[in-house]
Amino acid sequence: MSPSVPLQEMIRAIRSARTQCEERGVIQRECAAIRAQFRQVDNGARSHNLAKLLYVHMLGYPAHFGQMECVRMIASPRYSEKRVGYLGAMMLLDEKQDASLLITNSIKNDLSHSNQYIQSLALCTLACMGSAEMCRDLAPEIDRLLRASNSYIKKKAALCAVHIVRKVQDLGELFVPAARSLLTEKNHGVLHGAVVLITELCENNPETLERFRKTVPDLVQIMKSLVISGYSPEHDVAGISDPFLQVRILRLLRILGRNNEAASEAMNDLLAQVATNTDSTKTVGNAVLYETVLTVLDIKSESGLRVLAVNILGRFLLNNDRNIRYIAMTSLQKIVGTDHIAVQRHRGTIVDCLKDQDASVKRRALELSLALVSASNIRSMMKELLLFLSSCPLELRAQAASGIFNAAERYAPSQRWHIDTILHVLTTAGGDVRDETVPNLIQLITNTSELHCYTVHKLYRALLTDISQQSLVQVACWCIGEYGDLLLRGECQETEPVQVTEDNILDALEVVLQSHMSSPATRGFALTATMKLSTRITDNVDRIRSIVSIYGSCIDVELQQRAVEYNALFKKYDHMRAAVLERMPVIEKNSPGHTNGESAGEALKEVQPAQGSTAPSLPSNTASTAGGDLLDLLGGFEPTPPAPAPQGLTSTHTHTHTHTQISMIKCIFLQCCFFCFCFCFFFSTVPTLTVYDKGGVTLTLSCEKQSNSGLIVTLTASNSTDSDISGFTLQAAVPKSVQLHMKAPSGDFLPARGAAKVTQMVVLNNPNKVGYHVWRCCCCFFINNINKGN
Amino acid sequence: IRQGKLRLQKWFTPVPDREKKKVIRDMMTLVLSRPPRSCNFLQWKDLKIVYKRYASLYFCAGLEDQDNELLALEVLHRYVELLDKYFGNVCELDIIFNFEKAYFILDEFLMGGEVLETSKLAVGGAIEEADMLQETLEDYMSKPAY
Repeated sequence: MSPSVPLQEMIRAIRSARTQCEERGVIQRECAAIRAQFRQVDNGARSHNLAKLLYVHMLGYPAHFGQMECVRMIASPRYSEKRVGYLGAMMLLDEKQDASLLITNSIKNDLSHSNQYIQSLALCTLACMGSAEMCRDLAPEIDRLLRASNSYIKKKAALCAVHIVRKVQDLGELFVPAARSLLTEKNHGVLHGAVVLITELCENNPETLERFRKTVPDLVQIMKSLVISGYSPEHDVAGISDPFLQVRILRLLRILGRNNEAASEAMNDLLAQVATNTDSTKTVGNAVLYETVLTVLDIKSESGLRVLAVNILGRFLLNNDRNIRYIAMTSLQKIVGTDHIAVQRHRGTIVDCLKDQDASVKRRALELSLALVSASNIRSMMKELLLFLSSCPLELRAQAASGIFNAAERYAPSQRWHIDTILHVLTTAGGDVRDETVPNLIQLITNTSELHCYTVHKLYRALLTDISQQSLVQVACWCIGEYGDLLLRGECQETEPVQVTEDNILDALEVVLQSHMSSPATRGFALTATMKLSTRITDNVDRIRSIVSIYGSCIDVELQQRAVEYNALFKKYDHMRAAVLERMPVIEKNSPGHTNGESAGEALKEVQPAQGSTAPSLPSNTASTAGGDLLDLLGGFEPTPPAPAPQGLTSTHTHTHTHTQISMIKCIFLQCCFFCFCFCFFFSTVPTLTVYDKGGVTLTLSCEKQSNSGLIVTLTASNSTDSDISGFTLQAAVPKSVQLHMKAPSGDFLPARGAAKVTQMVVLNNPNKVGYHVWRCCCCFFINNINKGN
Repeated sequence: IRQGKLRLQKWFTPVPDREKKKVIRDMMTLVLSRPPRSCNFLQWKDLKIVYKRYASLYFCAGLEDQDNELLALEVLHRYVELLDKYFGNVCELDIIFNFEKAYFILDEFLMGGEVLETSKLAVGGAIEEADMLQETLEDYMSKPAY
């Protein structure tokens, strides 16, 4: 076929452009010329012009103005025009373009053309871009061609039918009889098409699948003749006779044998034969073996055959060819759940693949290794996995880290091992772990009380070495704040104790506070830890006081607020400081395990300030919204367990004196609360507590124990500004385990300058004696008729 | 970093133009950055990508979950063989200057994303015969336009 000279000239011109700009210029000129040509009368160059346009389109330039030309060309009686026209349709038109419908009629005509090459063009185009409508329209034609035409057309009609069935599933029924009869054909192209069509029909409709099960013996026969036949030059590929057909037959057998004993049995011998006789020195043989293995593992094969299949995969794992190793691991991954023991036998090889240079192989090896971790191999596997983590490609680190955490959690042989493992991960890949790792680890540490000394020593040492890994630093700060006294004691059972002074510890925390590497969240941790140490050290409390007061004017608003509140704790509430900063209790893991991590994580996230802003996403003017939004105020604070100390809470503490008394709760929420505030409950020995004092509006609260589980709280509001306040309302939200009953307020008008007060009684009932309460309150009021919903 | 230029693309599902461009860009970046002697398979979103380099050209295919990757390598290889037979020692320039023929050959080998003809002879024969149908200019001009 002679080349299109005009086309090649244009291509040469485009390629000779030396810059992108020059190329664009050439393209623009050419397109203008092409456009003009399209409008002209027939000059014998139409197919060349469309071809030019298609080339331009392939380079990425717009070519939609050629769509109509495609339609015209397809309708032409000239073969060369039709050919390019249909090519254009496949490149420029898809079912979403309106123009595509216009070619339906041409396709219909061409399907019955006397020339098979023109029929072929129509079939090919329909199979490539036919819309559901076009498919519905032309399906009967395709069925006709499936039955009565030559092999060349039949094979194309078969694949066209496949496309139709994919587009319009109901039409599957139409092709069933024809598909069945095609299996008797000798022509490989037609057979292949028939197998693909039958596969599609079976996947489409389970009833059809049932009917096609009868073809299993025929398929087995065809397959046998391919496997044991002599050399057939036309279809041979490296000694395998028509591997494409073999693989498709195997795939169809898989679908037919799945969940069916009889069918599986009928194909058993054949599969064994293929598995043993196929030459596996070249890729093509391995392709057939691969498909065979997939089929054996998916049908109800007898155990001998299954073992054979897994062994083939084992051999694949040892193959020099990376592709084969990759395939093997993909397949083993699929059966690691059902044939776990069989796969475990190859664990050594799989772990070796972790060290492969290739990223794809590494990924597969990681997934499979994680799936093979069990209680009996956890120690050795973890060694390998940690080794892998230290040198693995960046894109796999997060997956590796989280896989390691899961494995550690499930199979940790001891608490100390567990903590060590997590610390190792944080040191190696701290930047790639998920957010909830920090609270989870803290929870683990808190609950392993016998290892507090060991843990704080390890973390202290880690902190001295490197403060760049934020998650590690955060946990370390928390630990030092909590267990710093254990460091000072200078003795430790599990590890070499450190000899440090209080100044040393405070120095370490200060380094974190001041470092540019520390994220705002981390600095928050460090500050809180410093504060907590004020009750655990004896000599340097003044130093802590001065640190805290310095940060009272820090630019970071979150740190500033903490510092101010800690300052307040030193000044006004020093009598409470010891109790507030006491040791954290053991946290109980709730049965929806991870939601706790999550809600703690959320609490964490809530407090982590986006740079600069501190107001969390809590509803502001809630004057108009009642219950729903109000309960949102509780945000991530669920009744059990208490969010662990990090950020926002200096301590959450439960304290039961006797079982007849209600739990005493002290919570100071240091969360920024422009619009919301939370406050503590105290024993009735503390008469009143001012919980809100802003803009002249003061709210105090006093508690009175009413019964074993009940408490009456009286809220008193007063107004010291010069303006009257009207429309004052209080709303409160409590966790679901507590019942709240608000009695009617005494009024809603707060006259200026404290002339009168508004009181409201609230009855709280805690029938489940839940450990602690979080109570959030919101008051809304108007000053001078301006809503200052707060 | 090597620059990638598209020489042929065939889509078997309807995809909007913008997305096609993005997919091609992503694919090129992924494939061109693979070191030599790498595994020929990679995972990209929910597709399995199979690619093979022949001289200056990369041939890539996007597969669905149930497709056989090793066989896909054979499919790519078969296509290259068909091109080679047709053009006689095919090189990239042949495919650039005769891109429409590369498509015609592809369309005799694959259809709707599946292998259409498994015999090299049969594909080659069909292309030859179809080519012979291309009219001389005289015949061409003597036929009516539509």
